[in-house]
Amino acid sequence: MSKTLDDNAVVRLPRGVRMREDAARGGWVLLAPERIFQLDAIAHAIMIHVDGERTTSQIVDVLVVDYDAERRQIRHDVLALFHALIDRNVLEVIS
Amino acid sequence: MSDMPQVETTAAPPMGLLAELTHRCPLQCPYCSNPVELERRSDELDTAGWQRVLREAAALGVLQVHLSGGEPAARPDLVELVETCAQEGLYSNLITAGVSITPERLAALDAAGLDHVQLSFQGADDVVTEHVSGMRGAFDKKCAFAGEVSARGLPLTLNVVLHRANIHQVDDFIELALRLGAERLELAHAQYYGWALRNRGALMPKRADVMTALRTVEAAKERLKGRLAIDSVVPDYYAHFPKPCMNGWGQQTINVTPSGLGLPCHAAQTIPGLEFWNVREHGLSDIWYHSPAFNAFRGTDFLPETCQSCDRLDIDHGGCRCQAMMMTGDARQMDPVCQHSPWHEDIQTLTLEEAGRDEPFAYRRFAKTARPA
Repeated sequence: MSKTLDDNAVVRLPRGVRMREDAARGGWVLLAPERIFQLDAIAHAIMIHVDGERTTSQIVDVLVVDYDAERRQIRHDVLALFHALIDRNVLEVIS
Repeated sequence: MSDMPQVETTAAPPMGLLAELTHRCPLQCPYCSNPVELERRSDELDTAGWQRVLREAAALGVLQVHLSGGEPAARPDLVELVETCAQEGLYSNLITAGVSITPERLAALDAAGLDHVQLSFQGADDVVTEHVSGMRGAFDKKCAFAGEVSARGLPLTLNVVLHRANIHQVDDFIELALRLGAERLELAHAQYYGWALRNRGALMPKRADVMTALRTVEAAKERLKGRLAIDSVVPDYYAHFPKPCMNGWGQQTINVTPSGLGLPCHAAQTIPGLEFWNVREHGLSDIWYHSPAFNAFRGTDFLPETCQSCDRLDIDHGGCRCQAMMMTGDARQMDPVCQHSPWHEDIQTLTLEEAGRDEPFAYRRFAKTARPA
């Protein structure tokens, strides 16, 4: 049913899930059916690049430049976040 | 209430608003969480009143709005209210019986920015649905509505309240959710407040049936991981520990009734002596932070010593204030379903008695003494 998450995968927020700033409490959140996920700074920095077009690998590339960090570490963080969100039905792999 | 400390705690802003737009409803479910004394159409807030509540909710920090009732679609201005939610960045969740929304109106709600639909089912077939809802033909209408929601790609949650008359259908509800393309299924055992309290003797399931249902749900959760998310609400009369009611009084959610009263929960009006403020006279922020009712049970300092030294204090906050009031006569007591409560045995006895009764439903209706709106 669902496609696999790998370097070439493209992910997006499914219908019914929205990301927005939470000014009252600070930070950013994912709003989903009956649930709210508070994103930490790293999760937010990754999620702003999720546009349903870029591949996981392309998102990693952008972050490596933005944060001047080791690619291996960034790739690990991105995949871990995506896996966690997919498990909770708030992110989907579209290709 | 004079004997209660009215300490103004520094509460966090609410995350959710339960907007009970109306108490009118085409169904008559005997487990309804609305108060037995239903508010009438003539007392309902008007469109501008609700729009102001929604704007104030957004400013206060609310992220999700649950448009509920009664049947929220009984309000002719539902589409406008969804539009206001969208304009304010509020996540809108429509909690509906799904028997009165035409495909055209659903299209308008969708276009207005509706985020999610939560559809109630009273039975997993025609016969049980009619028996519980008191409405002929409701099951087919709900199935058709679910199909329209799914066809639009709107995320759909089925919501089922479990009790003696439908607890044998747990497997069927799971099948139904899969067949109708729902992403989530909420299986919530009846909570005994409002109409459900009046009908407790007709609703309380037997222990053996509760245990079977719990096992079925747990197995299905595992089996359907990734296909269907199943949320369950346990029957607290059969539990050893209380539910973390509302995640704490005045901590996360604010209810606004059809006539504009700001409540910490559905049942809060059953606690005598609490002073509730109305959105007609007070801003929503003022109600949240300063109304006596919201500050009456914030935090846990008022709970008995047994709770203060309990390692579950931060998990369940002593449970439900309304249930404490109902069973012990003191809203500051620990929830009586807790095994540490001196009233725990009484609850067990009561549960056994209620489960053994054979009472007919008292269907949810407006009182006959006054003219219905």
